[in-house]
Amino acid sequence: MTLQLGEVTKRFGSTVAVDDLSLTIPEKEMFGFLGGNGAGKTTTFRMILGLMTPTKGSIVWNGETISYEKSHIIGYLPEERGLYPKLKVKDQLVYLARLRGMDKQAALLELDSWLERFHIPEYKEKKVEELSKGNQQKIQFISAVIHKPELLILDEPFSGLDPVNVEQLKKAVIDLKKAGTTIVFSSHRMEHVEELCEHLCILQKGRPVVQGQLKEIKRSFGKKNLRIHADFDLTYLKELPGVVTCKSVSEGCELQIENEAAASLVFEALQGRGFVRLFDLEEPSLNDIFIEKVGASYE
Amino acid sequence: MNKFFIMLAHTYLNRLKSKSFLITTGVTLLLIIGLANFETITERFTGKESDGNQQVAVIGEREGLQQPLQSYLDQQDSSIELAAFEGTKEEAEQAVKDGQYTAFIDIAETDGIPHANYYANQIANTSVSNQIREALQQVKVTIAAEQAEIDPQVYQQISAPVEFETVALEESAKTEEELSEARGLVYVMLFIMYFAVIMYGNMIAMEVATEKSSRVMEILISSASPVAQMFAKIFGIALLGLSQITLFMVVGYQAVKMNQDTMRDGVFDYFGLNNLEISLFVYLVVFFILGYLLYATLAAMLGSLVSRLEDAQQLIAPMTLVIVAAFMIAMFGLNAPDSGFVTVTSYIPFFTPMLMFLRVGMLDVPIWEVGLSIGILIATIVLLAVIGARIYSGGVLLYGKSSSLKDIKAALQLSKKE
Repeated sequence: MTLQLGEVTKRFGSTVAVDDLSLTIPEKEMFGFLGGNGAGKTTTFRMILGLMTPTKGSIVWNGETISYEKSHIIGYLPEERGLYPKLKVKDQLVYLARLRGMDKQAALLELDSWLERFHIPEYKEKKVEELSKGNQQKIQFISAVIHKPELLILDEPFSGLDPVNVEQLKKAVIDLKKAGTTIVFSSHRMEHVEELCEHLCILQKGRPVVQGQLKEIKRSFGKKNLRIHADFDLTYLKELPGVVTCKSVSEGCELQIENEAAASLVFEALQGRGFVRLFDLEEPSLNDIFIEKVGASYE
Repeated sequence: MNKFFIMLAHTYLNRLKSKSFLITTGVTLLLIIGLANFETITERFTGKESDGNQQVAVIGEREGLQQPLQSYLDQQDSSIELAAFEGTKEEAEQAVKDGQYTAFIDIAETDGIPHANYYANQIANTSVSNQIREALQQVKVTIAAEQAEIDPQVYQQISAPVEFETVALEESAKTEEELSEARGLVYVMLFIMYFAVIMYGNMIAMEVATEKSSRVMEILISSASPVAQMFAKIFGIALLGLSQITLFMVVGYQAVKMNQDTMRDGVFDYFGLNNLEISLFVYLVVFFILGYLLYATLAAMLGSLVSRLEDAQQLIAPMTLVIVAAFMIAMFGLNAPDSGFVTVTSYIPFFTPMLMFLRVGMLDVPIWEVGLSIGILIATIVLLAVIGARIYSGGVLLYGKSSSLKDIKAALQLSKKE
C-alpha cells in the first residue's frame, strides 16, 4: 500500500508548477514535503487527490489511481482552511463525514471522541464562525480524519496554532500514524518535519532537490555543525581548511565544517590555548540543509 | 445513501431552515392571503369610516334634479345619499366642516342645462365626486335630449355601443374567449417564471459562492465530484422552489376559494383556469422546467467563478439582464404575439421558455416549431451543463482578486484533462 508518483509534471500554460517529480511514499509512514512558497506542494497534493490531472505522469495508491469512488480512504486538510461559517460543528462534521462514506451514527460517535480528545466538547452545538481560529483549525483537522482514512494529506497542519495546540495536534498525528495511517504533510517549519518524518522531499520550483530518508539526507549532506565555547579568542579558526563559516556568539563560536575530518583539525588547533568548556559536533539541522539547497538558487 | 442525494438533501434542508427563506415565504404567504381577502379588508375599513352611507347636501335653484340624480345613483349601487339643504351656501359650508355631510353640491343651470360645483373638506378622494359627476352627466344628457325633442328610443340607439365581433377564419385559431384566457395564463406564467428564475438562480449562485468564499469547497471537491455537486445544488434548489411554489399555490387556492363569493367574477375565470387546455398546461410545465434548468446551470457556473461573496451579484448581473430582456419582449409580445420579432426571438434558447410559451398560448403554432425550439433549448442546456461542469470544476480551485468573465478561460484551463 504505497503511494507512488511517477514522473509527474503539471503545467499551467507556460508555467511549470511541478516538474518531473517521482516519489514513493511508503505505507504507514509519515512523509514530509518541504519547500518555499510556490514550490508546488499544494499542486502536488491536489494532483494526488485527483482534483487536478497531471499534465504528464501517473499517481497511484496501492497500484490504482485515486478517484471519487475511493474518497472514503483519503483524508485532506487543505492549506486554506474552510468550513461552513453558519453551520454548527456537529452538522458540519456529520455532513462532511457522510460525503466520505460514513454513516451518521458512526460519525457522531467518532466526533464525540475527537472533541473529547481536543478538550472542546462544548463546541459541538456551536456555529463555526463563533469559534476562535485555533479551534476552527481543530474542527478542520477532525473533518480530515473523522472517517479513519488510510491516506491522510495535511497541508501545513500546524500553521497559526499556539505551542500547546501544536503539541496536541502533533500527538494526534503521531497516534494516527501508529494506528497505521499513511501520512503526507507539508510544512515550512523544519523542526516539525525533523521530529515527525522518516522520509522527506524538498521541492524547489516544482523540482525535488533533496529526497529520501531523513538520516540518509543528513549523512550525505556531509557538512556538520560544530559548537565551541572557550575563554579565548576563536576567530583564527575560520582560517583552517574545511571550515565553511564561522559565526561568533557570546560564549564562543559556531562553525560549519565540511566533514568530520575537519572537526579533528579544529580540535587539534584548539590544543594548548586555554580552557575549552564545550566542544560539540552536531548533525546538520534540516533548516541548514533547506537553506543551503533552496536558498542557494535564490542567489 | 448516494453522495449525490446527501448533497441534494443538504442543500435543500439547509436552505429550507435558513432565516431568509422562512421570512420570504412567510411574507409572501401573508401577501397572498391579504390579496385574496382584499375586498373583505377594504370593505371593513371603508365601512368603519362612513357607516355605509355618504350624506351629500344639495343646494341651488334646480329643485327637481335631486330625484333623478338619486335614482341614477341608486341604480349604480352607490352608497351616496342626497339631501336637500335648506339654507345659504355659507351655512352648507359650515355643515360640511362640522362633519354633518361629506360634501355639498351647488347646482346651477344655464339655458336649462344643469352644471354644479362640488365642495368637500378634501378633494383628494374622488370616488364620491366622480359618482355624482357621472350621475349629473346622465341627467344632463336626458334633459338635453328632451329639449331637442329627440325620441328617447333614438337617443338610446345613438348611445348604445356598436356591436363588433372578431372572428378568426383559420379553424384552429383561438377564439376571442380562448385568447383572453390564454393571455391571463401566459401573463401569470411569465411572472412566475421571471421571479422563479431570478430568485432561485440567485440562490444557486449564492450557495456556490458561499462554499467557495468560505473555502470549504476544497474539502467538498476532494470528497465528491464537482459535477455531482453542481447538479445536487441545481436539483436541491429546484426541489426547494417546487415546495415553495406548491405551498403558495395551495394556500392561494384555499384562500381564493374561501373568498370566492365576495369576488365578483371569480379570479379563476379571469385567468382562464376554469377550462384550461391540458396541452397548454403541459407546455407550461415543460417550458418552466427547461427554463429553470437553463438558468440554474448558468447561475451555478457563474457562482463557481466568484472568490468573494460580494462579487457574486456582479457576476450574475448579465444573466439577470437577459431574463429581464426576455420578460420585456414577452410583455410586448402579449399584444402582438404574431410579430416577426417575437417569432425569431422565440428560438433563442434564453428567451424560448417565455416567448415560445407565449406563442403556444396565444397562437396556433405548428408542432414542429415548438419541437424545434424545445430541441434547441435542450441542446443548449446539455451544452451549458457540459461546459458549466468543466468551468465549475476548474472555477472552484480558482481564487483571484478579480472575478470576471475572463476567469472562465482560466477555469477551463485548470480543469483541462491532458
